[in-house]
Amino acid sequence: MSGQTATIIGTASAAREQPPASLVGPWAWARRNLFGSWWSSAVTILLGYLIVRWAWGFIDWAVINAVWSVPVASNPLDTAAPCRQMAGVGACWAVIGDKWRFILFGRYPYDQQWRPALCILLFIALYGVSANRAFWRKELLYIWVATLAVIAFLMWGGVLGMDYVAQDQWGGLPITLILATFGLAFAFPLAVVVALGRRSTQLPAVKFLCVGYVELIRGVPLISLLFMASVMFPLFMPEGLNPDKLLRAQIAIILFAAAYLAEVVRGGLQSLPKGQYEAADALGLSYWQKTLKIILPQALRMVIPPLVNNFISFFKDTSLVLIIGIFDLLTAGKVAMADPTWTGFSTEIYLVLAAIYFVFCYAMSHYSRSLERKFSRARNR
Amino acid sequence: MSQTNEAPEAAIVLDRVNKWYGAMHVLRDVSITIGKGERVVVCGPSGSGKSTTIRCINRLEEHQQGRIVVDGTELTNDTRALDTIRREVGMVFQSFNLFPHLTILENCTLAPIQVRKMPKAEAEELAMSYLRRVKIPEQAKKYPLQLSGGQQQRVAIARALCMKPKIMLFDEPTSALDPEMIKEVLDTMVGLAETGMTMVCVTHEMGFARQVANRVVFMDRGEVVESGTPHEMFENPQTERLQTFLSQILRGH
Ligand SMILES: Nc1ncnc2c1ncn2[C@@H]1O[C@H](COP(=O)(O)OP(=O)(O)OP(=O)(O)O)[C@@H](O)[C@H]1O
Ligand SMILES: [Mg+2]
Repeated sequence: MSGQTATIIGTASAAREQPPASLVGPWAWARRNLFGSWWSSAVTILLGYLIVRWAWGFIDWAVINAVWSVPVASNPLDTAAPCRQMAGVGACWAVIGDKWRFILFGRYPYDQQWRPALCILLFIALYGVSANRAFWRKELLYIWVATLAVIAFLMWGGVLGMDYVAQDQWGGLPITLILATFGLAFAFPLAVVVALGRRSTQLPAVKFLCVGYVELIRGVPLISLLFMASVMFPLFMPEGLNPDKLLRAQIAIILFAAAYLAEVVRGGLQSLPKGQYEAADALGLSYWQKTLKIILPQALRMVIPPLVNNFISFFKDTSLVLIIGIFDLLTAGKVAMADPTWTGFSTEIYLVLAAIYFVFCYAMSHYSRSLERKFSRARNR
Repeated sequence: MSQTNEAPEAAIVLDRVNKWYGAMHVLRDVSITIGKGERVVVCGPSGSGKSTTIRCINRLEEHQQGRIVVDGTELTNDTRALDTIRREVGMVFQSFNLFPHLTILENCTLAPIQVRKMPKAEAEELAMSYLRRVKIPEQAKKYPLQLSGGQQQRVAIARALCMKPKIMLFDEPTSALDPEMIKEVLDTMVGLAETGMTMVCVTHEMGFARQVANRVVFMDRGEVVESGTPHEMFENPQTERLQTFLSQILRGH
């Protein structure tokens, strides 16, 4: 008898836990959000029509009518003839087939291009390893140093029977990855130090220096910093002591990125409740113990989204080195477009460049979201 | 370091301590001497300077005039003296202030490992023994926000004890707790008092004061107005201010 009652109550409450089927599922969602009123239905239909039309037009151009390859012509200027017949109707992916090695590696000696290719893979492997929390320990630092050393060694060569390749012959994706990776790897720690310095109450001189640095750098656009690095800086340097152009651009990017990241980190430091500092003080932790064990781990977790936002934007900002003649991915693409054989097919090249940038940036943002989820789970449940 | 001529058994000496926040005079000639093993409860209306007083003892706040001597060491701008004192003085806050990114066990072992340079295994053993004493060893692997308020405050007490302090400061340890959790924290503190720990406790829990305090100090508007045994203070208040305060407290409870 009592068992029966319990069953009845059980089903009744179970039924109440689950909303009726008409309220869940994709159809219910669509009805609620897309067709809630005649006005929203009208907007949905109009936008839906535009999206479908545009998408169809794009597929038509990019896939159905596209020219994927062209036969070798006796006159190089005629190579693109099959593409030109389809101009405006179909995409000419043949230009990518012909130019991809130039876009990826720039003017790096053709028969040596396995070296920058290997560097790209090393960079990607490095990102992959760093993203894995199981590797978040001291050894990761050594992995970074070793990998970056191997990359430098592969790019320059000159030993172990590899030809020496001067830095002004480097180009394409490795340059973009070098600028972004070294840039952020140095800018981030610098930013943390500057942010800490800016909040220092004990050392007013340090604080003044940090505030001055951040305000000065934030006050100028990256382009002018790059110009300064490439044009003005050599004027002040003694003869013979002139670091190469890539290094100067790299330093400009580091200084620029660090100023912005420092402000993000400072936001994180400020958002920590005062009680955390007091508890650490009361336990007798020293400034650095408190900072490294209590303050930074929490402050940095809190600012993951804006940090990654900045990372993504600096990754793309490295393309500004175009204006001082450094041969990064975008520059290589622009030079490829200027090839007389393939004039008129810049859209295809731009699309490929955009896709490459997108892959890296999307990976960053995807990773940051997973990181946020992990941290919030560890803290709350 | 200056010579101290107080009795050697004094754990804490506050001698005519003054403090201002800007133009606001928040501590006026506060003098309290607390002997080793003594348990002192500080009470008084809101804003009377109770927190400021005990926070001056481990220099979370700086005093501007007068002398503070803790365990024979005077608090000055000498950072070494401060390090010594903070190692010997544990503190429990109203809002727990556990480190949310560390597990309960890590919260407890951090300072012994970092400050006392204790080996990790030893620190963990010590932490577990204190977690058993505050009756939550089974929570060691959890994170602070997964615990109830009363449990968090008991962890905070264990965390402070892991530094093996000679003196414990409590700033309204039960004020942020729901009524049903107050008792578990107070019981822990009573247990601690029985071990002979020197304790300074800001609280309005008069039952607790009666049970464990050797002495009650009543503060109002930055001054020590009256002090004495709980019995003297509660049964026979001398000043009108204390009488008013006690009647308000009793009405409030
Ligand atoms: N950081 C600060 N800046 C300025 N004034 C402060 C600061 N901290 C405290 N005060 C003031 O000092 C006085 C004493 O404060 P304190 O926190 O010591 O009081 P309290 O007795 O602990 O009160 P409560 O029971 O509300 O905790 C109050 O008037 C308060 O407003
Ligand atoms: Mg207070």
